[in-house]
Amino acid sequence: MRYIRDSLAQVFGYKTPRPGKDQQSAEVRAIYEGKKGKLSKADVEAVRREHKGTFLNKWQKRRWATLILVNLLFVISFYFDVQLVEGSLTGARVIGFHFADLNSALQIALAYKHIVLNLVIGMVTVFVMWLLLGGRTFCSWVCPYHLLSEWAEYLHLWLVKKKLIKNHTFSRKVRTVLYVIFALLALLTGYTVFETISPTGILSRALIYGPGIALVWVGLLLLFEIFYSRRAWCRYVCPIGVTYGMVGVLSPVRVKYNAEACHHEGDCRKACLVPHVLDLTIRGGAVDVNQDVAADCTRCGMCVDVCPTDSLTYEVKGLSKMLK
Amino acid sequence: MKGNIEMSEKKPANKRQKRPLTPKRKQQSRREFLRATALTAGVVGVSLLGFVPVMRGNTLRLRPPGALKTPEDEQQFFASCIKCGQCVQVCPVEAIELADLPDGFGIGLPYIDAREQACDFSCDGLQCVLACPTGALTHDLDYPADTRMGFARLARPKACLAMQGKGFKGQARGADYKGLLRYEEIDRWTPIPVSEHPYDLEICDLCVRQCPIEIRITQCEAAASEKQQQVARVAQQVGNECPPKHAITLEPEDLGDGIARMKPIVQEGCVGCGVCEMICPVESAAIVVDLDENADTVKGA
Repeated sequence: MRYIRDSLAQVFGYKTPRPGKDQQSAEVRAIYEGKKGKLSKADVEAVRREHKGTFLNKWQKRRWATLILVNLLFVISFYFDVQLVEGSLTGARVIGFHFADLNSALQIALAYKHIVLNLVIGMVTVFVMWLLLGGRTFCSWVCPYHLLSEWAEYLHLWLVKKKLIKNHTFSRKVRTVLYVIFALLALLTGYTVFETISPTGILSRALIYGPGIALVWVGLLLLFEIFYSRRAWCRYVCPIGVTYGMVGVLSPVRVKYNAEACHHEGDCRKACLVPHVLDLTIRGGAVDVNQDVAADCTRCGMCVDVCPTDSLTYEVKGLSKMLK
Repeated sequence: MKGNIEMSEKKPANKRQKRPLTPKRKQQSRREFLRATALTAGVVGVSLLGFVPVMRGNTLRLRPPGALKTPEDEQQFFASCIKCGQCVQVCPVEAIELADLPDGFGIGLPYIDAREQACDFSCDGLQCVLACPTGALTHDLDYPADTRMGFARLARPKACLAMQGKGFKGQARGADYKGLLRYEEIDRWTPIPVSEHPYDLEICDLCVRQCPIEIRITQCEAAASEKQQQVARVAQQVGNECPPKHAITLEPEDLGDGIARMKPIVQEGCVGCGVCEMICPVESAAIVVDLDENADTVKGA
């Protein structure tokens, strides 16, 4: 229950309060107590350096390969007319089966106020797929804008490091406000307003059907992220992330945090697209020795890659025991 | 803790939630709120700009068969299309394109540029309609003759070759033209480039000759008279696979100057597919498809 509550709170932009001592298990309290005075800066630095030496970006490589492959499947399928994955990311037919992006389908349902059976089938299929695979997994493993944004982020961080620019943060609740506004706009105007500016749809169509002027808008978004605010679109705007965030609440695919070996140095939070989900890695932040990262997490695996103490790992609830 | 601070790059310092915010944090929080307000206004504002081309009527286009629209109002079509392009992918002549950002809300919506490549129904089964996952291309129609895309009009009668009593010889749209049409006598299943099918006509009748509705009517009549192809006759009885009405005919025109002129007359059965506009050898086309009318509205008038 706590997981669901925390997940929804974070998806909608609320900060989950730090657990009080009475909410924490005796084991995790003992671990925090045991670390007092034990973690010298030099030790932590040594472990970090050692990890950096063996740093492989394993999950990032897999993720990029998957993202490129999925999008390439659409392109190849159309280019060579093999009818494997028809359509684009907003709506597709995979070997004949309907797939509909949940957010696009929702916008249509609100604007058109009517929904045909094929779209329902497509929505259910996609809902079940992301329910099994983690919800916002869509963001980091499939969305083409995520990849461009990731590259823009490196540029942004480099500029920040050179002290040429500063990062500007927003209140995270703005994403919820925009979600409601776009839902209302679809309902009241009868137009799928958000789709006009969705870089996910624009990029997917540009890849498959050829580039257009709409890419200028995507470019402007990237410039905004590079020079003004780190990962602004995904963090503060995109309703697709909210939709899949809600799907992910009930998903068995999660990132698991183990407090035992954690040095609390915060490397994971620096790498994370949605660092609020990793607040439990702050010393005293977890309620139990093992705790799952809440559903606003995109399951990108950056924290798993970067963690010097292997305190963050992927898990599939219910399957992990079987796999061991 | 409204408007709490979420600096990913800084470690939250407070151990207890109840501790009052420092002035610096308060200021940061206020800034985040103001930025968020500006961001909301900006994003919503930009997205609503998409309404401008719609309001000005710049987005009215020839849509694929079955598009949920009336001649003046495309709102239902805009509302229901998921912008996936599956209709683009199934079209054998690649007539369908997706609109770009200047169309505002219409971005990603399928349209047909008839002069470049019209819909010649060479898929027979309305593949785009079948492919549409949202019903934006409504499944309510079964045959090409049921579609209401627009209505053809002889816009420049003086330029029309038939009206001048002239014939036509050669490639209808020149050697470089990329458009495709199905010529059933050549290949029933694969459309070929118009440039590979030159004509030699005593009087130009391309708009009538290539009209998919007229071609179908001719086939149905032939089948019926031969009384052999029972399948076609059954289809004729069950539905309207055989178009019930003519779309375009060529009729003699006498201007009293002794020249044997012929005039293309658009008939009630025209669905607005645009093949006549595509094939017209005159530059620019003498016959065009109007979007503000269709067979139903014409009939009503």
